[in-house]
Amino acid sequence: MAKTYHRPTLLDHVRTRYFATRLDTAMSVLFGAITLWILWSLLNWAVLDAVFSAADKELCGHDAGACWSVIDARWRLILFGLYPFEEQWRSAIACAAIVLVTALSCVPWFWNARRLPVLWLTGFAVFYVLMAGGYFGLKEIPPQSWGGLSLTIFVFAAVAIIGMPLSIVFALLRRSELPWIARTMGLVIDTIRSLPLLSIMFTFAIVLPFVLPGWLIGDKLYRVIVGYALFFACYQAEIIRGGIQALPAGQEEAAKALGMSYWHRISYIVLPQAFRNALPPTINQFVITFKETSLVVIIGFFDVMASGNAAFGTAEWSFAHIEVYSFVALIFFVFVFALSRYGAYLERRLAVASR
Amino acid sequence: MTALLRSKSVRDAGLQAGFTGGLFIMIVVFVLTAQTNLEAQGLTSGFGFLERATGWEINFSLIDYSTSSPYWRAILVGVLNSMFVGAIGLTVATVLGVTAGVMRTSGNGMAELLGTAFVEIFRNVPLLLQLFFWYALLIGLPKPKQAPFVWDSIALTGRGIFVPGLNVSGGSVFLAFLFLLAAFGLSLWLGAARRFSRMGKARKKTLRRSLWLGAIILGILSMWLGRLPDTPLVNMPYLKGLNYREGIRISPELLACIIAISIYGAAYIAEIIRAGFNAIPGGQSEAGHALGLTRWQIFSRIRLPLAIRVVLPTMINQYVWLFKATTIGIAIGFADFFMVVSTSINQSGQTLELIGILMGGYLLINYTMAWVLNRVNDAIKLKGTQLRI
Repeated sequence: MAKTYHRPTLLDHVRTRYFATRLDTAMSVLFGAITLWILWSLLNWAVLDAVFSAADKELCGHDAGACWSVIDARWRLILFGLYPFEEQWRSAIACAAIVLVTALSCVPWFWNARRLPVLWLTGFAVFYVLMAGGYFGLKEIPPQSWGGLSLTIFVFAAVAIIGMPLSIVFALLRRSELPWIARTMGLVIDTIRSLPLLSIMFTFAIVLPFVLPGWLIGDKLYRVIVGYALFFACYQAEIIRGGIQALPAGQEEAAKALGMSYWHRISYIVLPQAFRNALPPTINQFVITFKETSLVVIIGFFDVMASGNAAFGTAEWSFAHIEVYSFVALIFFVFVFALSRYGAYLERRLAVASR
Repeated sequence: MTALLRSKSVRDAGLQAGFTGGLFIMIVVFVLTAQTNLEAQGLTSGFGFLERATGWEINFSLIDYSTSSPYWRAILVGVLNSMFVGAIGLTVATVLGVTAGVMRTSGNGMAELLGTAFVEIFRNVPLLLQLFFWYALLIGLPKPKQAPFVWDSIALTGRGIFVPGLNVSGGSVFLAFLFLLAAFGLSLWLGAARRFSRMGKARKKTLRRSLWLGAIILGILSMWLGRLPDTPLVNMPYLKGLNYREGIRISPELLACIIAISIYGAAYIAEIIRAGFNAIPGGQSEAGHALGLTRWQIFSRIRLPLAIRVVLPTMINQYVWLFKATTIGIAIGFADFFMVVSTSINQSGQTLELIGILMGGYLLINYTMAWVLNRVNDAIKLKGTQLRI
């Protein structure tokens, strides 16, 4: 009698995934218990025993639960920093604009050497005009009083916009056929890559005024952004170089044989394919860049970390640091998790496409 | 003239000269401006200040340091602190990361869930925020008087964790550690280097055992010789007045740095390990099954060694990157290399020299680390150019 194919049921699935052997059963029970315990304590702390509104502040500390009152009372400070209270809607719209631009860049229609820069420059211009004001009857607010999430997003967007073209230049210079240019660029990239980001920011913020002629110094914030962009460009250049090196040599040779000039070869043959190869690590690099933007707090800027620290800085809320950190962590988590999931999805899709 | 411009070699030479010359001119301008600026402030450049006394405290130091110690000693303290945190952080991160990575590829649904949750939570939140979080948690522990005293030997207080220590000098502990490290390195070398490939397995085993035994005996000997006179071997912390005395105090700053680096690093390492395991063709473990190997044997003898070979190049980058991340210690006031240098800049004003030392130091440490790990990689990677796993 021929055995017929038995379509696995849910029960079979559970059996093979959780109770395949005695060891598996033991692991499932142990890890299941740990997971349940963590979930239960979290639920208790964050929801069941927690106090939510700022009005009920006196209730905090009776139970072991979280005191979300601090977020209720201080969320504007955390998100917008010291930005003038009546103008905070501008900050909110500006942040939303950059988030929208980031989301739109994930749409393949924009993956094009013209559309993507236009999209980002437009988004950045909208952000800057809204935040800085001075036009269309908006009150002028200098970058010194920006803060919170909008400062974090500003630094991130500026670094991306300056760093991305710079990284292409760096990658091309490093791959140059002229040995001196390639070697010098290689030395610069490798040196900057082996230094900590913090030391580069610090150098640009504190040391650069010493060595630059007066007219070049500029604001501390912009110097830090340029330093960060340089650091970003060195990492991104290596990613692009990896993408270029993954191309079969025949591609460029064929273009040469057709008599295409260097710029045509680079912009129509090499870079589009290199970017396709380099897309997953590029997104990963953006994720890391966004997270490490938080380092500007050490150089003395009032970004979302600093405003978080300020939110429980007063005696009234000094006990509530865990709640504030959880809130700030959640903000970062939403952005970073979404972006990294997208990167993973893209990686799977590209892997399928190239099979 | 136009003929000259049309010649490719002349054009190339011109481009290269322009590029390197431009960079050179930039550096010259920097140096000249720096000189005029420094003269205007009345500062003398040079490294003479390294011999001057610092006059400020460092809250954590592995070697003797006081306010009258010179600047070079303060910087040395910083370098050692960075390497200390880096060494412990990277080791713990590797252990945790491999555990989480193995859990995620184990095939057991529950283990995968837990591993995935760990990775996703700690990878998607900035390291700095995690550092602040752990620091706040450690500072928030109860005051010494109310603090729990576990097994009458470990006190968890807001001023630090107090654990029992040994009454031996720091130098001898370091020496013992070096012996163990040497034994570890030598036994790795014994296993991987081509020079010993003809040696019999049994002989290698006895040689390795005697290496470890020798290192342990030498280590114990050096600790014994380094004993502080007239004290018991183990010194227990005890509550006196408002704080604990004796024992070893692990400061909240140090512990927060170690915890943050370990957990953040572990989340990244777990992903690398998972990718490494996934890169091994399924046929390898199926072949193991067919030969009748147990699950543990397949894991430890087939999948793990293959995975290590796949992941090592990525891991090297990760280690260098994690070591660079230890600089965030300054955010909570842990006196690492970066913090010591930045304090020195504030105190002495020798900005350029100190930044030079900082960058040179990190370059040296990172290049050394990458070099050593690359040698290990060269030793275990497959020879030849064909793509194999």
